[in-house]
Amino acid sequence: MAGQTTTAELPDGGQAPAPKISLRDVTKRHDTQLALDRITLDIPASTFFVVVGPSGCGKTTLLRMLAGLDAPSEGQIAIANPEAGHPQNSMVFQGDSLFPWMTVWDNAAYGLTMRNVPKARIDEVVGHYLNKTGMYGARTLYPHQLSGGMRQRVSIARAFANDPDILLMDEPFSALDEQNKTLLHEELLRIWEETRKTVVFITHSVDEAVTLGDRIMVMTAGPGRIKTIVPVDLPRPRNVVELRHTPAYGELVYDIWAQLREEVDRARSREPGSKA
Amino acid sequence: MSAARPRSLWSDRTISILSPLVLLGLWEICARTGIVDVRFFPAPSNIIGHLFELASSGALWRHVGASLYRLAAGFVVGCVPAIVIGLAIGLYRPVRAAFDPLISATYPIPKSSLLPLILLIFGLGESSKIAMVAIGVFYPVVINTAAGVRQIAPIFLDVGRNFGASRFNMFRTVALPGALPLIMTGIKLGAGMGLVLIAIAEMVGAKQGLGYMIWNAWELFDVQTMYVGLFVIAIIGFVMNAGFDALERAIVPWRKG
Repeated sequence: MAGQTTTAELPDGGQAPAPKISLRDVTKRHDTQLALDRITLDIPASTFFVVVGPSGCGKTTLLRMLAGLDAPSEGQIAIANPEAGHPQNSMVFQGDSLFPWMTVWDNAAYGLTMRNVPKARIDEVVGHYLNKTGMYGARTLYPHQLSGGMRQRVSIARAFANDPDILLMDEPFSALDEQNKTLLHEELLRIWEETRKTVVFITHSVDEAVTLGDRIMVMTAGPGRIKTIVPVDLPRPRNVVELRHTPAYGELVYDIWAQLREEVDRARSREPGSKA
Repeated sequence: MSAARPRSLWSDRTISILSPLVLLGLWEICARTGIVDVRFFPAPSNIIGHLFELASSGALWRHVGASLYRLAAGFVVGCVPAIVIGLAIGLYRPVRAAFDPLISATYPIPKSSLLPLILLIFGLGESSKIAMVAIGVFYPVVINTAAGVRQIAPIFLDVGRNFGASRFNMFRTVALPGALPLIMTGIKLGAGMGLVLIAIAEMVGAKQGLGYMIWNAWELFDVQTMYVGLFVIAIIGFVMNAGFDALERAIVPWRKG
């Protein structure tokens, strides 16, 4: 339960910039079930890193270990120390994670409040991100008064306002309809391009992965292994709607879907009731 | 006639006000016409009249004041530790392991049966009455608080941890507000139990209070005073409940969508 990801000063001697996140043979078992199998991976700073994989491939487990909410069974996770005054990571959780007992404002200010940031600074930062996500006008409302899309925007504002070194996003848009999703992709990219934080973003949508990511890691059906990592060389800043009309986008989606397809089929064949 | 249509709130309320009035009216008629024995069932008009007599003589207020003081003191003494222990039981497994068997073993004991023991320990003074109320309040509050914490979705605890909440802040910003709706349920049940127990406790070894007033009236065969006592206890219970409902609406504004 109290698992901690080790925070280590990474060696800075080499020519290549040290990765922000570094995993070495990270394995995770739930009881005896192997969830993640020897993941070795470097994520450079300021990268928008997307992980796609079939359901049950251990994506969320991976993210929870990066967040320090779970500990690996074997292997090491090294995360570069954050700059002074910044938390190492903040997570945008899958599903409803806003506290129902706090207003939009108090939810968005949560991380800063917990870190005892001066009130004037909190007002400034939270105001900024609620404006960016279009939720400033709703700041006195409670989550039950908001739509699912609005709640997820507040959840994003909460993570960005906390100003972490690394943003961890666990299928933040999976419960939303297509229009809301597209709008939130645009907002997320706009905010991200201002800050260029290191992002690890989990999704099961190939479109979402290509739209947002710099690199896309495809995972195998459980136990989760790295199948391939595909660089996305689409120019930034990206216009979400126009991007989808370009041939390069279509090719990438096709390639990644082809890779993912095999794994989805494998995952399905193991479901109860399917023919072996 | 077509199928029943939803009646307005107003008509529901009218019915709920009218039904006790109709009952009182019937009682009045039965008492006056001699259908019921007025030695046991004095006419409501006589009881109300007697209530005003007792109120203007000051005797009623002395008893009400004594009972309310014990109720309030016992409520605080029982409620505060119940919330703290309940939160700890809900949050920490070792605390749960330590307290759960104790609570489940002692909870089924009828609290009124503890009165002799409490009198033995605390004597005949105020503290035994306060202790009885506190015990009555403690159980529903501690059980509901622990249940309230345990029904908090695990994601909220993850959010607290991920955003760096200290142990104290996990209590203050996650466990307490998350459990608050059920804590309020426990408080309402506990207050009702406290009222039951204060009436019983005051019947033994007390010189004032509503329970004493009722018991003393029985000994003197002063049936009207007995009814006044019952009536006032009912009013206190009703007002208390309405007060907690209002409090709940004020401090749990997120409860209803």
